[in-house]
Amino acid sequence: MRKSLLALAAGLLLAGSVSAASAADKLKVGFIYLGPIGDLGWTYQHELARQALVKELGDKIETTYLENVPEGPDAERAIEQLVRAGNKLIFTTSFGYMDPTLKVAKKYPNVHFEHATGYKRDKNMSTYSAKWYQGRYIQGLIAAKMSKSGVLGYIGSFPIPEVVSGINATILAAQTINPNIKVKIIWANTWFDPGKEADAAKALIDQGADVIMQHTDSPAAMQIASERGKLAFGQDSEMIKFGPKTQLTSILDTWGSYYIERVKAELDGTWKSEDSWGGLDSHMFAMAPYTNMPDDVKKIAEDAQAAITAGKLHPFKCPVIGQDGKEIECKGGANLADGQILGMNFYVKGIDDKLPGK
Amino acid sequence: MELVEAIILSVLAASTPLLIAATGELVTERAGVLNLGVEGMMIVGAACGFGGAWLTGSIFIGALFGIVAGTLMSLIFALMALGLAVNQVATGLALTILGVGLSGLIGAGFVGERITPATHLHIPGLTDIPLVGRVLFGEDAFVYFSIALIIGVWWFLYRTRAGLILRACGDNHVSAHALGYPVLRIRTLAVMFGGACAGLAGAYLPLAYTPFFIPGMTAGRGWIALALVVFASWRPGRLVIGAYLFGAVTILQLHAQGWGVGIPSQFMSALPYLATVIVLVLLSRARTGGSTAPATLGTVFVPDR
Repeated sequence: MRKSLLALAAGLLLAGSVSAASAADKLKVGFIYLGPIGDLGWTYQHELARQALVKELGDKIETTYLENVPEGPDAERAIEQLVRAGNKLIFTTSFGYMDPTLKVAKKYPNVHFEHATGYKRDKNMSTYSAKWYQGRYIQGLIAAKMSKSGVLGYIGSFPIPEVVSGINATILAAQTINPNIKVKIIWANTWFDPGKEADAAKALIDQGADVIMQHTDSPAAMQIASERGKLAFGQDSEMIKFGPKTQLTSILDTWGSYYIERVKAELDGTWKSEDSWGGLDSHMFAMAPYTNMPDDVKKIAEDAQAAITAGKLHPFKCPVIGQDGKEIECKGGANLADGQILGMNFYVKGIDDKLPGK
Repeated sequence: MELVEAIILSVLAASTPLLIAATGELVTERAGVLNLGVEGMMIVGAACGFGGAWLTGSIFIGALFGIVAGTLMSLIFALMALGLAVNQVATGLALTILGVGLSGLIGAGFVGERITPATHLHIPGLTDIPLVGRVLFGEDAFVYFSIALIIGVWWFLYRTRAGLILRACGDNHVSAHALGYPVLRIRTLAVMFGGACAGLAGAYLPLAYTPFFIPGMTAGRGWIALALVVFASWRPGRLVIGAYLFGAVTILQLHAQGWGVGIPSQFMSALPYLATVIVLVLLSRARTGGSTAPATLGTVFVPDR
């Protein structure tokens, strides 16, 4: 009796793990997530996109995801596991999966890989990312309009180009409204630690900042700003729940349409390695509704969004002046070149702080 | 002046969960048991504490949920490490891994929900005194409780017979057993106390610090609590200093960044840990101090019946 029960249990376990293999004719698509799907931020948005994908193409594909996969060499195992389970298209959704993805991609040339926010590609490995600095530019305009103290508070994660270009875009926009705007920057040196993010928000507010912007993942800063009666911007996802009277807008990562497009290409057999870096015009990200601001500010934001989407406004329009007062070499014609933005490692004029490591 | 007050308030809030969790672990370790599962017990306490408060609308019931959850987690440890004499280090690490996973499962239902955080004390007149008013008379209940807790633990360990027996179990379990004390029962109680404290410390995060639950929100605080016990050389007085010092350096480095002090932020983020190491060195070199780890800490004890 006990034996048969054990066999039954083992059978159930097996059934659970291979249920994804039941329909052999469907395309299998795998996802590697950095955090838990309930992180309310980065991973959550990728999960929403996967759900949109299933809704659109659910009859032709089968998806699997692995959450809480640490970045670094360990990720290789997880990616390989998805390959062995028969996934033909695999999305690895964090910068730190770059080298592991490349390694697995070289090992399995017949499987296609999509790596988010990285810069290494191969015949069977694409990269995709979004021009979030465009959204930061709009936030900078709103922040400068809404700030009474003229001091903005900015919580950074790590001083990498993506975050630095966001800070620069913000301050360049803010300066068009208020040339004397100040920004205080605190690096949390983590993407996710609600307690520390809250402490950073408190420190910024205690030092006079009245609009809080963040490039870390939890809604803690939004919640603190709400508690203190200040204003704030969300990050990655809709955070208005944590500050109904606080959130001005939020940059929403909306990967859904990209995922659908790429999976369709895979189904048609037209998939090829590409580098997609989408802006507001590409639906790679979107702005949450503009709330808690007067109509004139809302109009400024909407106009800027329309101008950026139409390609009429570029946040890094030359001349861009560096912190030392010297003009940054303009390699992209009228604007800084994409490469200069992707590798941005300097602050623009008007930021008093020193970039860590410079 | 207002800024000084604000900084002190932030420091107290940041230090409190560390102090509560470390107090529990100190008692556990004084009884001779090394439970490395503090992080796991904390995060389960956070999930259950938030769940309790969210379902009932009461912060107090939430805190009780956290305490019970932490205690239940510690009972798993007690069963394995004390009852079945399994290696304590391995069991503790397993408990942390279990806790992180379990808390995600428990919390899945209320990720993204909000609660009203614990209210702060307000005594008209006293709370409004500039500089010290809010620091002394304007905290939430957890802060006052954590101070009462560490004083109580000090009194228990050094001024009561039961405390002496507990320490005896930690210093020489064979002698304590020979004298007729139920070593395993005492250790189980100590482990449960540690679990209750860790659960409460975890619950503090979603109930008072950031009033929402997200998987992984303890973000390593359980490990810091463990380090603080060593830092304090297993003494309650030093534990208080350690917890507040750690909290102070954490908060001050954020403020220093805001002021634009030209020190790399990566270095400043490492400062709390660096300060811990330096103080440890100073302590161990001091003539009177030194490491006073309970002699049988972490060793398995199987009574010879």
